[in-house]
Amino acid sequence: MNDILELSAAAAAKAVLAGDLDGGELFDAYRARAGADELNAFLWVAEDGPPASSGPLGGVPLAVKDLFCTEGVPSQSGSRILEGYLPPYSATVVRRLAAAGAPLLGKTNQDEFAMGSSTENSAFGPTLNPWDRTRVPGGSSGGSAAAVAARLAPWALGTDTGGSIRQPAALCGIVGLKPTYGAVSRYGMIAFASSLDQAGPLTRDVTDAALLYGWMVGDRDPCDSTSLQFPGPIELPARSDLRGLAIGVPAELTGEGVEPGVLAAFEATLELIAGLGARVERCELPHAPHALAAYYVLAPAEASSNLARFDGVRYGYRASGADDLIEMYTRTRHDGFGAEVKRRIMLGTYALSSGYYDAYYGRAQRVRTKIAEDFATVFERFDFIATPTAPGVAFELGAKTADPLAMYLNDFCTVPMSLAGIPAISIPCGLARPPGGGPELPVGFQLAGPAFSENALLGAAFALEQALAFDGRAAAGAG
Amino acid sequence: MTIERAEVRHVARLARLALSDEEVDRMAVELAGVLDHIATIEQLDLDDVEPTSHVVAVENALRADQPQPSLHRERALASAPARAGDGFAVPSPQA
Repeated sequence: MNDILELSAAAAAKAVLAGDLDGGELFDAYRARAGADELNAFLWVAEDGPPASSGPLGGVPLAVKDLFCTEGVPSQSGSRILEGYLPPYSATVVRRLAAAGAPLLGKTNQDEFAMGSSTENSAFGPTLNPWDRTRVPGGSSGGSAAAVAARLAPWALGTDTGGSIRQPAALCGIVGLKPTYGAVSRYGMIAFASSLDQAGPLTRDVTDAALLYGWMVGDRDPCDSTSLQFPGPIELPARSDLRGLAIGVPAELTGEGVEPGVLAAFEATLELIAGLGARVERCELPHAPHALAAYYVLAPAEASSNLARFDGVRYGYRASGADDLIEMYTRTRHDGFGAEVKRRIMLGTYALSSGYYDAYYGRAQRVRTKIAEDFATVFERFDFIATPTAPGVAFELGAKTADPLAMYLNDFCTVPMSLAGIPAISIPCGLARPPGGGPELPVGFQLAGPAFSENALLGAAFALEQALAFDGRAAAGAG
Repeated sequence: MTIERAEVRHVARLARLALSDEEVDRMAVELAGVLDHIATIEQLDLDDVEPTSHVVAVENALRADQPQPSLHRERALASAPARAGDGFAVPSPQA
C-alpha cells in the first residue's frame, strides 16, 4: 500500500498546497490504482492527469458517479440506453469542483438511473463490496462508495434520492452526506426523481466531507431553478463534544426490521453520544412508517416522466429495423432499459394514469406533507434525529434481486429525510456480523437535522467520529 | 390486489414500452406486490392535508429575458443515432 493513498483528501490537499507532495504524483498514484480496479467500481478512468492545479482543493482527484454529465467523457447513468454517450457539457457541480482543484479521476458504477440499493441494477455488472467481495456495496452510488472505501479514490461524488449516498456509505464503512434539497445544483445530473435528487460527497472522514461539500454549495445556479443560495460558508468541523445538544431517537425507525447486530452497534453509539454530553431521548415520527409507500409512488412517477426523454431520437441507443416511429420508441426502450427501470416506469405511469392520480400520486404528496410536519415538530425539541442508516449490513450478491419489495426495504431509514428535504449524514459506527454468519461488516449511523443545518450536522458527526475511532483500513487492501 | 394483463399492456402503451408476453405476466405480479405495500397509505386520514410537491419554500426563479448563445447545432447532433441534414432522422410516424 502506497503511503500517498493513506492520506485523507484533506491531508493530501494540504500537503500539495504546502509543497510537500507533488500534485501530478498524487493523481498518477490514484489513476494507477483506479485503473487496476477489481471491484468494478469504475466505468471509466482518466488517461492523462490534468494540468497542475492552483485551486484550494490542491488537485486531489475526484471520482464521480456515472450519472453526472462530464463533457466528452462517457456518462451513461449505468444504462445500456446511454452506452458510450458523450455529453456536450459538464454538470455544474463537477465544473465547480474541478475549478476548485478537484479534477476528474473517473466515473463510477451505479444502479441504472440510480434505481436500486445494491448497484446490481447496473447494465455494466455489479460493483463488489471491498470488505467482502461476495457482497454488495449498497446503492445506488455503490461504485463511488466502494472506490473510496478501497482507497481507489480519495473522495467521490454520489447522488441520493431515497438513500443512495447514505446507504452505500454505511455498507462500505465510509462517510456520506445527503444535503438539504436545493443546496447543490442538479444541472447536468441525469435525473431520476427531480423533487428528491441531491448530489453529495462520499469520503473517508467527516472533515473530507465538509471540505468537498464547501465547494459544492454557494450561489444558486441559474441553470437549476430549484437550486438555492446556501446561507453562509461550510466550516471545517472542530467540535470535540456534544454538550448542549438534544438527539431524538424515533421509535418508528429503530426497532422492527433492523438486524440485531446493527441495533447493538446503534445503541452502543447512542451511549457514546450521551457520554459526550448530549441529551438522548426517544421521539416520534408517526408517519415515518408510511414514507416508503409514499416514496415508491412519488419517485417512480417522477422517473416515468423524466425517462420519457430516452426515445432513441437525439442520443443513446436506438433499436434498428423499426417500421414506424412508435415501434422505434417502444423497442428502443424495451431493449435499452433494464428490468428495474422498466418496473419503475410502469409503476410511475400507472400511478399517474387517468383514474388513479388522486388515489396514488395525490395521496402520496399529502403523506409527504405529514412527514415534513413530523420532522418540524421533532426539531422543536431536538437538534438532530439519530437512526441506523440501513436496517442491515451488506448483503450477499443476488440475495434480494428476485424480490423488489425486499430491496426497497433497504431505504426504510433514509427515505423519510429525503421526502422532507432535510440533510442527513451517515458515518461508520462499528462492525456487526451478518445474520447468516461470516466476517464482521460496517454499520452506518445516521444523523439528520433541519434544512440548512449542515454545519451543525458536520460538527456533531465530527465529534462523534473522533470518539468512535472507526478503523476502515480493512477495506483498503481490496481493489 | 391483482392487475389484469390488459391493464399492464395499456400502461406499457402509455409509457411507450414494448413488453413480451412473459414480461407482461411478470410485471402484473410484481406491480401488484408493490401496490399492495403502497396501499398502506390508504388507511391515513389525509382529507385536510395540503399536498407537497416541493419541500423547501422557493419563489419563482426568473432570469432576465435576454438572448444567449445556445448549444451549437453540430454539437447537439453529435450523438444522434441518425441524422438528416440539420435534423434528427426518425422512421415515419405512419409507415
